Amino acid sequence: MSDLSQLKTLSRGKKPKIALCWCSSCGGCEESVFDLAEELVDIMAVTDIVFWPAALDAKYQDVAALADGEITATLVNGAIRMEHQEEMARLLRRKSQWLIAHGACAHLGGVVGLANFHGSADLLNRAYQEIPTVHHPAGICPFGEAPDGAGQVGKRGFYETVLPLNRMVAVDFYIPGCPPPPELVKEGLMMVLEQRLPPAGTILGKRQALCQSCPRRGSLPETLRLKEFSRMHQVTWDAAACFLAQGIICLGPATRGGCQARCLQGNMPCRGCFGPLDLVRDQGAKSLSFLASLADSADPEDLQRFADSIPDPGGLFYQFSLAASLLKGKADDQKNNH
Amino acid sequence: MTVFEPRIVGFLCGWCAYEGADAAGRARKTYPAHLRIVRVLCSGRVDPQFVLEAFRQGADGVMILGCHPGECHYKEGNLQALKMTAILKKLLGQCGIQEERLRLDWVAAGEYGKLVKIVGEMVEKVKSLGPLRLREDGGGINSALTRH
Repeated sequence: MSDLSQLKTLSRGKKPKIALCWCSSCGGCEESVFDLAEELVDIMAVTDIVFWPAALDAKYQDVAALADGEITATLVNGAIRMEHQEEMARLLRRKSQWLIAHGACAHLGGVVGLANFHGSADLLNRAYQEIPTVHHPAGICPFGEAPDGAGQVGKRGFYETVLPLNRMVAVDFYIPGCPPPPELVKEGLMMVLEQRLPPAGTILGKRQALCQSCPRRGSLPETLRLKEFSRMHQVTWDAAACFLAQGIICLGPATRGGCQARCLQGNMPCRGCFGPLDLVRDQGAKSLSFLASLADSADPEDLQRFADSIPDPGGLFYQFSLAASLLKGKADDQKNNH
Repeated sequence: MTVFEPRIVGFLCGWCAYEGADAAGRARKTYPAHLRIVRVLCSGRVDPQFVLEAFRQGADGVMILGCHPGECHYKEGNLQALKMTAILKKLLGQCGIQEERLRLDWVAAGEYGKLVKIVGEMVEKVKSLGPLRLREDGGGINSALTRH
């Protein structure tokens, strides 16, 4: 690591304590830390990692035993969906000087936030009863009441709504991405170790839309008007040209850059994992707004066809940010159909 | 039981529909007081975020009123509103918000009669749909969030 010498100077005194925690997420963010490879060894040499369930055998009590603020920085990945995740988030907040939201789920709710399109009872029912591969005649759900009235089955709460980390505890800064590029994780860690912390609420990455740094930028026409969108399997695409110019939805114009256009380089359009740009409150609304402006006709029939070519606007526009959106998910059906 | 009086937020284009509302006043016509008007420079200025924010802040319905097609002061801002609304309605449906809670319509500066009529229709429609309750940061089963 080029900056290792500097790190060694920093660590001459007491090694800074670091913690990593995993809430409601897939584990990809943990991978983004392991993807630091040899650099991870360098970082571990100059820090004291006190808690990291994916790699170390430290327990809740070990964190609880620390003094408040004793951990220099904690990276939390994953959204908050369960009571024990709330508990960990609150504990780590108290013990840490800096709490960093690591990855799209902690930042915006992420893919797991799409669960907010459903009620928690429906989700549990689906997972434990309806899935065709599940054979479960006893019908016991690990959360809530036991079917025979024997009381609570599970001890831990399952929340109705998935929350991004910052709706539970204060977050100092954010490492966006699903998962974040290892370079950005390293940048976040270096900021902590070199004590050049960004202003509170900073989201790492660029302050410009992904399009600004997209390798396909040259092929985006000045004016773009489309009759309808195509999906990737429906057309033969040019692997070097702007997806939007080919009529394939790409959310680059409404998404923060800084990902090195990884998906674009892998020939996949942007799905928005870096979240909205500064000053945008609702990423999905912004995506909707720019895509709607591409419609080439306001004739009702044409417009209908245009709208129909986006089969799942909610899932597409809010793939990573539903839990952080203005609507937060699906409205409460039971209350609305009173 | 108290009667449900809906809150309707209206984004009215300053060139036409807002003038129409003014004209209704001058003509001593009344429209339901459920409508809270926000004057915008053009219906095309209405960002979908405005609509979602209105719902989030407690609106039970949202109206976007612009100039008739072909009469937009900025040529096609109203068509932009039309395109945006077409997709936004689909999104609202997925979020459990009935499409009728958002209405886009055209009102010329002199059409105060139409304004009075459609605001009345909207209020009746939203009354029949009942209050809108959005998802909140709440807990579920066993939730610590619902306990306090």
